[in-house]
Amino acid sequence: MEPDAAVEISGLNFRYGDRAILKGINMRIPRGSIVAIMGQSGCGKTTLLRLIGGQLQPTEGRLVVEGQDMKAISSDALYKLRRRMGMLFQFGALFTDLTVFENVAFQMREHTDLPESLIRDLTLLKLEAVGLRGVRDKMPSELSGGMARRVALARAIALDPMIMMYDEPFTGLDPILMGVIAQLIRDLNSALGTTSIIVTHDVQESLRLVDYVYFVSQGVIVAEGTPDEIRASKLPYVHQFVWGEMDGPVPFHYPASSMQQLLTGNSLHSR
Amino acid sequence: MLNKLRRELESTGSLSLDLISGIGAVFVFLILTLRYSGTSFQRFSLTIREIFYSGVLSLIIILVSGLFVGMVLGLQGYETLQTYGSSESVGVLVALSLTRELGPVVSALLFASRAGSAITAEIGLMKATEQLSAMEMMAINPIARVVGPRFWGGVISMPILTAMFIGTGVLGGYIIAVLLIGVDSGAFWSQMNAAVDVSHDVFNGLLKSFVFGLAICSIATYQGYSAAPTAEGVSGATTRTVVSSSLAVLALDLVLTAFMLKG
Repeated sequence: MEPDAAVEISGLNFRYGDRAILKGINMRIPRGSIVAIMGQSGCGKTTLLRLIGGQLQPTEGRLVVEGQDMKAISSDALYKLRRRMGMLFQFGALFTDLTVFENVAFQMREHTDLPESLIRDLTLLKLEAVGLRGVRDKMPSELSGGMARRVALARAIALDPMIMMYDEPFTGLDPILMGVIAQLIRDLNSALGTTSIIVTHDVQESLRLVDYVYFVSQGVIVAEGTPDEIRASKLPYVHQFVWGEMDGPVPFHYPASSMQQLLTGNSLHSR
Repeated sequence: MLNKLRRELESTGSLSLDLISGIGAVFVFLILTLRYSGTSFQRFSLTIREIFYSGVLSLIIILVSGLFVGMVLGLQGYETLQTYGSSESVGVLVALSLTRELGPVVSALLFASRAGSAITAEIGLMKATEQLSAMEMMAINPIARVVGPRFWGGVISMPILTAMFIGTGVLGGYIIAVLLIGVDSGAFWSQMNAAVDVSHDVFNGLLKSFVFGLAICSIATYQGYSAAPTAEGVSGATTRTVVSSSLAVLALDLVLTAFMLKG
């Protein structure tokens, strides 16, 4: 692996039982870059993120994260590696029995012996960074979806990770919050040199933010390039996805018998 | 005909295999829980919090049920013993029934319904909302941090709740037999004192409840941890906890009683 790559994947296959989810994935994510993995829902993007985080094991192929071969990694080494990783889950995944403050302080309490006063200051700084110091005493159930996502981001960056993974960070957010989250990702990247991997299907916001894009369709990387290359791409799948067209290689209808047959009663057995 | 018989046999075999693999999975999960139990004792405040949720919050149902069970035993016991002219032994009947059988079994069944289901639902919902995955990604083992304290909180609570159930049950029997019916108070307590053996009756009863606690908490934590991450999955797991725990308590009671009587 070249020294400046945070994640390198070659010939990766992943299967759930007999069902192939990812096929022949090759990827290289340089350290300090912001990379997006795009594709339709269910194409295997989140699975790829879970493989990088070590929550799943590749069936075949090579996956190296921060110099560690994830197929051969021991449980202790994986836990050590995860201390340098952060992940923002799609719906935040805040601990519902803890306050906002305790959620953000959670990792510091678990992994460090820092004095309480320092944990308090660091936690408030993280909350300040996402603009939510004022909700420190609230419970997650009292927050809106966007606020919960920002608190989850503050929690994910609590220990200043080297690799940050974002699972659909823009889904369900209004344009203002989308901009806020995008700015936070950019700031984190420039301030800490964090490598960011964003799994998303929000094309326009992501293309403004990232350095490089991988397009995944049905478990295969179908296109890759810089945002400008992606915007200019003539590949039908990428074109349809980037410009949100209904017609194209991705069908609008899930495979089914014809409507005419259904209405004339000739397809009762093929419904 | 042969085909039908074959299908029946296949279905019975499949059910038996499911049952055996289910019991095996609970045991494997129990071993994992024990292996990662260090956190539960090194940071005992986490376990104390769970003792509060499983134990203290179950107190009302345990105490009220214990009182009523004791009262009913008092009434039934008096009615039966009066026929033989030994109504003063009602205290012995109440105390032995409670310490040997009713105390451990009924409090365990109540505990499975009240605390076991809550443990399963909580862990299952944490899984469904990706809180367990988030914990894993923070390099924190959810079995050590989430399962362990809940398991030990329940196991520690169970014998204490049983002791309280027995205590209030005896009080219930006293209220009915002595205060309402008029059995002699001295005879009630002295006969109980003479007939109840601390090691054979009280200790064995509490030992039973400890084993029941292990079984209920293993099943409850396993069901929560392995629940499908959907609303339907969590509700199914909660139901399975109550049904499996109740059956396990009754089956274990038979085995333990057989060994204890032999001893």
